[in-house]
Amino acid sequence: MSNSKVKIILNGLITENPIFVLILGMCPTLATTSSAINGFSMGLATSFVLIGSNVAISLLKNLIPDKVRIPAYVVVIATFVTVVEMLMQAYLPALFESLGIFIPLIVVNCIVLGRAEAFASKNSVIDSSLDGIGIGLGFTFALTLLGIVRELLGTGKIFSLSVLPEKYGMLVFVLAPGAFIALAYLIAIMNKIRKA
Amino acid sequence: MAKLTSSFKNMVISLLSITVFSALTLGSVYTLTKEPIEKSKTAKLQKALKEVLPTFEHLDTAIKVPVNNVDTLNLYKAYDKNNVFVGAAVEANSKNGFGGEIKIMIGFDKEGNIINYSVLEQKETPGLGTKMVDWFKMSNTKHDIRGKNPAKHRLLVSKDGGEIDAITAATISSRAFLEAVNKAYQAYANNPKAPKTHDVSSGASNIN
Repeated sequence: MSNSKVKIILNGLITENPIFVLILGMCPTLATTSSAINGFSMGLATSFVLIGSNVAISLLKNLIPDKVRIPAYVVVIATFVTVVEMLMQAYLPALFESLGIFIPLIVVNCIVLGRAEAFASKNSVIDSSLDGIGIGLGFTFALTLLGIVRELLGTGKIFSLSVLPEKYGMLVFVLAPGAFIALAYLIAIMNKIRKA
Repeated sequence: MAKLTSSFKNMVISLLSITVFSALTLGSVYTLTKEPIEKSKTAKLQKALKEVLPTFEHLDTAIKVPVNNVDTLNLYKAYDKNNVFVGAAVEANSKNGFGGEIKIMIGFDKEGNIINYSVLEQKETPGLGTKMVDWFKMSNTKHDIRGKNPAKHRLLVSKDGGEIDAITAATISSRAFLEAVNKAYQAYANNPKAPKTHDVSSGASNIN
């Protein structure tokens, strides 16, 4: 793969990581990272939608007049998410059960609409799909990391495997305030690493 | 090809085409997935029934039991191969979950003791209310409801004067879950235990 293509993926993963740098999609980030597996699953599902919608919008970019681009993008994204939800419910029922209400929440994830507007509407289909992959990886990485931190500090477990005795768990990390605190520290650490 | 200009005509045509295409896509995927979704819902129900009842040979078709003058619950009576009643399962719900409606399947043996339960649907907070899936069947705890008879034990959370420990930081979900359990017991208790094939003359005396 040529250097510029790899750069697009690395951009989404590090330079413009949606959670640690762009600070987008905070709602699902804070809400679904109470455990590592939830964070990871949400990351994967969102990545899937992100790649799909980036490709679809890039294909349609010349057919959507500028003034109606937002409603057009939202309809495309919502359709995609609904299709994914129906297909999962029909053919992957176990995964559908564990992701539950997170799937429809992907429609309101700012990252998906944000990338459509910032990238897919202005770039080729190949580049848009790579951007989807990169941002998706960055999002999944961030959510999984945050999920691991919160699950470990909150319940002493990682991916449901006990690492510390549960009595040392601080309940605040399973709840919203702890999510903010953990996320803030992670962003600060990531900032330090990137500038180093 | 340059981007379309934002003339009124273009905007209307573009949005109309996108929404029409979207509607067609959604409609076809719905039709395509309708049957598999129904199948997986039925499979889930069957799996829940097997999980909450003792080994049975045959199940009566669901009886609709009115409860509280408000709800109607499905009651499934189970019999072994000698047509002896072994237990019944009830599909119960509570609209008072933290995130909305909770649906459970709960099995009672012939004395009215809870055998087991299975959560069919819930939208509770992940990590908190969602724990109900396992919490109320954890052995050796003050929140294991298995083996308890709702007629003899107060199946309410300790805050409400009951003997069950609620899920930590998820009292509302716990209350809703136990509400469903108690509703299910009402449906079970108000029903004759005899199989439908019993002759009518002895039917009345079988009401518990």
